[in-house]
Amino acid sequence: MSILVDKDTKVMTQGMTGKTGMFHTVQCRNYANGANAFVAGVTPGKGGQSFEGIPVFDTVKEAKDETGASVSVIYVPPPFAAAAILEGVDAGLDLVICITEGIPVHDMIDVRYRMMGKKTLLIGPNCPGIITPDEIKIGIMPGHIHRKGGVGVVSRSGTLTYEAVWQLMEVGLGQSSCVGIGGDPVNGLKHIDVMKLFNDDPQTEAVVMVGEIGGSDEENCAGWIRENMRKPVVGFVAGLTAPPGKRMGHAGAIISGGEGGAEDKLAVMESCGIKVTRNPAEIGRLMKSVL
Amino acid sequence: MKIHEYQAKALLREYGVPIPKGFPAFSRIEALDCAKKTGANAWVVKAQIHAGGRGKAGGVKVVRSEEELDAVAGEMLGMHLVTPQTGEEGRIVRRLLIEEGARIEAEYYVGLVVDRGSQRVVLIGSREGGTEIEEVARRSPEAIHKLVIDPGMGLPDGQAQDLARRIGIPEACVHAACEFFKSLYRAFVEKDALLLEVNPMVLDDAGRLLALDAKINFDDNALFRHPELLALRDLDEEDAAEIEASRFGLSYISLDGNIGCLVNGAGLAMATMDIVKLFGASPANFLDVGGGATVEKVTEAFKLMLANPKVKVILVNIFGGIMKCDVIAQGIVEAARQVALDVPLVVRLEGTHVELGKKILAESGLPVISANTMMDAAKLAVDAARGR
Repeated sequence: MSILVDKDTKVMTQGMTGKTGMFHTVQCRNYANGANAFVAGVTPGKGGQSFEGIPVFDTVKEAKDETGASVSVIYVPPPFAAAAILEGVDAGLDLVICITEGIPVHDMIDVRYRMMGKKTLLIGPNCPGIITPDEIKIGIMPGHIHRKGGVGVVSRSGTLTYEAVWQLMEVGLGQSSCVGIGGDPVNGLKHIDVMKLFNDDPQTEAVVMVGEIGGSDEENCAGWIRENMRKPVVGFVAGLTAPPGKRMGHAGAIISGGEGGAEDKLAVMESCGIKVTRNPAEIGRLMKSVL
Repeated sequence: MKIHEYQAKALLREYGVPIPKGFPAFSRIEALDCAKKTGANAWVVKAQIHAGGRGKAGGVKVVRSEEELDAVAGEMLGMHLVTPQTGEEGRIVRRLLIEEGARIEAEYYVGLVVDRGSQRVVLIGSREGGTEIEEVARRSPEAIHKLVIDPGMGLPDGQAQDLARRIGIPEACVHAACEFFKSLYRAFVEKDALLLEVNPMVLDDAGRLLALDAKINFDDNALFRHPELLALRDLDEEDAAEIEASRFGLSYISLDGNIGCLVNGAGLAMATMDIVKLFGASPANFLDVGGGATVEKVTEAFKLMLANPKVKVILVNIFGGIMKCDVIAQGIVEAARQVALDVPLVVRLEGTHVELGKKILAESGLPVISANTMMDAAKLAVDAARGR
């Protein structure tokens, strides 16, 4: 078991014929069951072509109808990415994973509004994607650092997630699924949504939760954990040293209006029973100690 | 992206928001001309910098004669204005806004923000105008009223009027307030703003509502569809190193410490700063080289860090995903060829092409202090900064 995706998931790539889309489609196809999983690409105007043996369609709906793909991953450039997400939503996909960085916030407000009442889940944007180790990798994370195991990982960061996974491997812990929810203020799944899935997943024994400054998603998730979580959770929040008012790379990583500081988040998480560390190099060892 | 108050007011005026008559001035002579153009006999001289807290710092003055205006404009232009938001070094005042004076009966706060909790735009109002909204939130949270805006419906009259009444707008002005709010919301959405504050919105003695101050921050990611906003950018108000970094697609923020940090990914970059601090030192900068960094970008990143005289050591922490470690290594070697690497360099590489990256560094003959983990890298960098 795992969450959201496994070896039987069928995936289409929106923006497959762009440079980034091509590169990562090959990487993903070469990972574990990827050759069977990545069954379609979508680029308007290029329907009928193929890339590395993967057929390209003009629309998400066609790709879904022809190949049975129920999940899409998006590498479309920022000005067109919101429309790409909505196309996946309108086609009734189960899950859309948007890797694209730099989508205007107002576009995402519109996306979230139009997604209301629809069944499609969204991961991202501005995220590394999701991996269920040794089964399927959908996104841009380096596959080789992961192994199948019992630790779930949910994070707003990209490379910091890889760092956490690498530390887990150093202490001999594999992962059930690793989800990068992305660094934007308006996005799809939040920490709390992924945490609920991990709680219900039999393979997941414990969860690493990596947060960042900005917003109050970590606090919301912590509150839910206190009441409902049956598994140990280890947490870290990046940005303890970030000055207020400065956007630290990610659009969402900013302390503003006295809200979103790392120390406050850690305090709330700790009070909700999460084992937190202030040292990003201790995530792996801390997880080992609670299992 | 931030703009000046006078620019924000000009933009809001286009959307029908009532603004006091005023003009920007870049010199004393212009300041006098501006004053005459308003047709008023008392003016407010306002220093234009991209930071709040100007009033208490001496950046806003009321003048009642042309002589006084001339003297105040002369004092203000070129002054180092230090406010709680500028840092100790302050900002040099290069532009003024000369505005007709208003007779104020009441002050309110009106703001629009992108709210992460609701994933929507929220209109915020308070009867405690003129003070920072954060302070009001601390002191009297009950004085703050919020309205989550449905993106499909926009801001309906009923809701806008209700908010106006809740913040104590007199009944005679409720309709005007409603139009005021709707104009702000239209500007906010159409111009891809992330934050818009009118603080204060005032009621003058003629019963008019006016935007006495205005602040707008725009979404950098949306500037591609707003060339008219890019034209309002004032590079004098931005950090020179940050401008240089943005030219090369690097995300860089100047900080006060002495350990230069070069990292890939925003989260890992913040975590690297945190661990440096944990070992008792301070980072000189936040620097995310991004996922698609090239040798050229890494070289430029090194030049940026080395141009900072405070930097005593450079710490490179790379977890290669899309970013390959050999590209980073080549960038380091290239940078060392172009600029004197006169501080210790601690490098931690992990992930894609790590062996190749380490080999390139080893064969370069550069005095690289190599670390295998983030923890080791931070310790070595902190030791090096202390001369050990």
